[in-house]
Amino acid sequence: MRAIQDTAILVDSPVPPRDAIARLDAAEPLLVVDDLHVTFTTPRGIVRAVDGISYRLHRGEIMAIVGESGCGKSAAALAIMRLLARPAGKTPKGRILFQGQDLLKLPESKMREIRGRDIAMIFQEPMSSLNPVLSVGLQIMEPLRTHLGMDKETAHARALELLQLVGITDAERRLDQYPHQLSGGMRQRLMIAMGLACNPKLIIADEPTTALDVTIQAQILELMRDLSRRLDIALVIITHNLGIVARYADHVGVMYAGQMVEQATAEELFARPRHPYTIGLLKSVPRLDRPRGGRLETIEGLPPDLLRPPAGCRFAARCTLRLPLCDTAPNLVPIDGAEHLARCHRAGEIAAGLTPPSRTSPAPRTIVAPGQADVLLRVDDLHTTFVSRPGIFAEPMVVRAVSGVSFSVRRGETLGLVGESGCGKTTVGRTILRLTPATSGNVQFGDTDVLGAEGASLTAIRRQMQVIFQDPVSSLNPRMTVGQIIGEPLKVYRLARSRSAAQDRVSELLSRVGLHGYMAERYPHQLSGGQRQRVGIARALAMEPSFIVCDEPVSALDVSIQAQVITLLEELQRELGLAYLFIAHDLAVVRHISHRVAVMYLGHVVEMADRNALYETPLHPYTKALLAAAPVPDPAVERMRGTVVLGGEIPSPSRPPSGCVFHTRCPIATAECRDVVPSLEDYGSGHLAACIKLPESLAKSHESRPA
Amino acid sequence: MIGYLIKRILLIIPTLLAVGVVTFFLLRVVPGDIVELKLRGDGAAVTQLAIERERARLGLDKPLINQFGDWITGVAVFNFGTSMWTGRPVTDEIAGRLVLSLQIAFLATLIGLLIAVPLGTISALFANSWIDYSIRVVTLAGLSMPSFWLGMLIIIALLHVFDWIPPMTPTSLWRDPLGQLAQLFWPALAVGYRFSAIVARMMRSSLVEVLHEDYIRTARAKGLFERTVIIRHALRNALLPAITVSGLEFAFLIGGLVVTEQVFNLNGIGRLFVQAIINHDYIMIQALIMLTAFVFVVTNLVVDLVYAFLDPRIRYV
Repeated sequence: MRAIQDTAILVDSPVPPRDAIARLDAAEPLLVVDDLHVTFTTPRGIVRAVDGISYRLHRGEIMAIVGESGCGKSAAALAIMRLLARPAGKTPKGRILFQGQDLLKLPESKMREIRGRDIAMIFQEPMSSLNPVLSVGLQIMEPLRTHLGMDKETAHARALELLQLVGITDAERRLDQYPHQLSGGMRQRLMIAMGLACNPKLIIADEPTTALDVTIQAQILELMRDLSRRLDIALVIITHNLGIVARYADHVGVMYAGQMVEQATAEELFARPRHPYTIGLLKSVPRLDRPRGGRLETIEGLPPDLLRPPAGCRFAARCTLRLPLCDTAPNLVPIDGAEHLARCHRAGEIAAGLTPPSRTSPAPRTIVAPGQADVLLRVDDLHTTFVSRPGIFAEPMVVRAVSGVSFSVRRGETLGLVGESGCGKTTVGRTILRLTPATSGNVQFGDTDVLGAEGASLTAIRRQMQVIFQDPVSSLNPRMTVGQIIGEPLKVYRLARSRSAAQDRVSELLSRVGLHGYMAERYPHQLSGGQRQRVGIARALAMEPSFIVCDEPVSALDVSIQAQVITLLEELQRELGLAYLFIAHDLAVVRHISHRVAVMYLGHVVEMADRNALYETPLHPYTKALLAAAPVPDPAVERMRGTVVLGGEIPSPSRPPSGCVFHTRCPIATAECRDVVPSLEDYGSGHLAACIKLPESLAKSHESRPA
Repeated sequence: MIGYLIKRILLIIPTLLAVGVVTFFLLRVVPGDIVELKLRGDGAAVTQLAIERERARLGLDKPLINQFGDWITGVAVFNFGTSMWTGRPVTDEIAGRLVLSLQIAFLATLIGLLIAVPLGTISALFANSWIDYSIRVVTLAGLSMPSFWLGMLIIIALLHVFDWIPPMTPTSLWRDPLGQLAQLFWPALAVGYRFSAIVARMMRSSLVEVLHEDYIRTARAKGLFERTVIIRHALRNALLPAITVSGLEFAFLIGGLVVTEQVFNLNGIGRLFVQAIINHDYIMIQALIMLTAFVFVVTNLVVDLVYAFLDPRIRYV
């Protein structure tokens, strides 16, 4: 009921009269992008960021543009808004027809009227995209007052409606708040509300949920799709996440090195990909909807440098179907009907059944069951509490980042630790490594008591326990060469007899992680993201550890590079017998690499089980919600399954809810859950879960399961 | 907020106490003796007895710790003592000069900001164009040129071009406001130019940075007028670092203008400072240092309050 009212209000609000013209030819596409070129002038030369892309979009449709970083997808979006950074971004070439009007030919003053009124844009990072010193109310009322000439009272009333429309509760109070007082999800809702303010016809969303947690991402995307359908708004979503594309998009364009390589409807593209790059992308993501395969397929190599793009097919260097013909540039041509376009000389053959040979070595991954190996690391009732004082006079703030976590890792085993931001998974890793002091609990590594270790015994375990960090840019010292970075631990721990022995060891480590020996002379900024992460891995390996904490090692990497790094980690484990604590938020990646998985929420482990048990029969309501929220790259699957969106926000760890910490968001919680702290119970063969409702809900799910 | 303010004001006491201790004992370490300087200054022959008597009169014969006790208890009730040189209460000596120095400081700050904010903004908006480069030359000149030398240039220029010299005789703001302004404007301009150079360069760099922020792109994506984007969204964020610098500069202007005061024949705090140091007038030096420290502490507090007003992320509790 509420929703219907909201729509009515939106439709009633002042609409510029010139819309009448657009309404007459509703069959015409709202947006036509025709041979768009964007170039940037850099000190090194001219970068052709976007090299001739074309697409069209009708009202109420959702178009997704997918591609990896640097493929030009964001530049193409900013070009529509004419918001490319000047003077480096030259005026784009080509045509962008919006309601029949070429945006590239409009004077700036006319273009300003269109921005925010007819075309709105939502950006990736909701924190930095909102002005920190201006109130929420002012920022949301700005477009209303500028474009629609509303007075203060009308704009205020409309702002309240908009906040309610995007599901922000307590709207009146929110208007007086500032962005830093809102959670990440709420900030993105606010961005959407700002975008909707003047009833736009087109919304461009540039990676709208990349900075958000899985459950919050699902909330935001559901909201955007819902609004698009109800208000007949066309949506362009720019993303690197194929799951999002499959769940939400009608049309998809795949970009590679500044060009569209494949364009089709979502169903077509996922069912019958025709470009080797699309096929490779789809195969290189670990998937929750398929049985876990052996090894991930990888797309070897790196995208070309757009300063000097190759003359022929831009993907040829990485393509397994390359022919001499590929030295000439292919055109984007229809394959299987006019709607499906691909830029590949061999697309026809692929349509006829040719499949690209896989690049993975044929040896299937033998999963050594580490179930019998001895326990290497045992963590028992670990607590880590941070106490901070915001000012010298302020009350101390207590954040219980980890409260009572227990698990063990065997030799050669990977334990996955998943959870959303703020759940304490990173703190667990840091506490085990003694990078953060523990408050209480016990950590046993081999025969050593880690938390009590000092001096020589601490040095000894430091050698055995290593870490790979999330961000390979900020975790490598920019003033040191790759060789110095990898060689430093050799020096500190006197692992090499001489300088030349150290150099030999560095080049051995480099080749071990798939880098060339000459890269030892380079500095981190001269490497790509995937190469930097390989350096981080080589540095960890230099100590010959038996256990590595991998803290989100692939989340900063592009899909195709991510697969390369995961495969490397798997190989190293098999060859060196390493044990990993693999910390991540991506459920599919964790499933792929882990033997066992623990799910964390607000400092507690809520469920822990063998990989297959956890993903096939999740017990805890939070695990179920996480799995439901993660979109899978298959529109057929996505459209069949109902989306269960977990409502609410993740509570602050400084004020965790009483009883079961999950009760504020739990779909099956009752009054009892507010008081009783659930303990981890065994539900058969080591499948642990912490939920007092479980015996009931377990019985229920068994009843409802189809025969 | 009120509670925070009270706490901050109370914190001034230990800060000044620390300054007092350090100043008092450091001054006693410095070689030289005010009594000898005073009585034998002109090469006159004085008896040891006369010197002893003068020392006793000034209280210099007591143990150091007692001298400190006497002085600091006096300070606690705002009795800063009498000048060892002239015998007049130091507060009387300082008061008139402080009024003058404050007038110059405020006027220079005003002039400085009036030049700096537009200059820094224009420089940032046209970053790396010829406009930017010209402004940067102007501000670089302001940084490199000593204020007193610019003061001399101003006087010479006024004399040559207009055949006029600004009044050099002390008046009072209340009796002759225009005359006072005519006198103080030129030194304030000389000092304010340097002030504006520092703040304008800070403005430029912080605004250039802010203009690359995501929220500026958002503001443009909303279709706001460019002037709204600049004034409302960018300037308010860019002003913060400029305010810190302005606060420090303002505090420096009280007591830091030794030579400029000389050039314009002004009897301000700076000149008093130099005289007191030459004369080894301990009591006067201590009072002046306490005053300077107080000005710095208060300016800092004001800067913090302005910060809290401009940036909602900063909330003092």
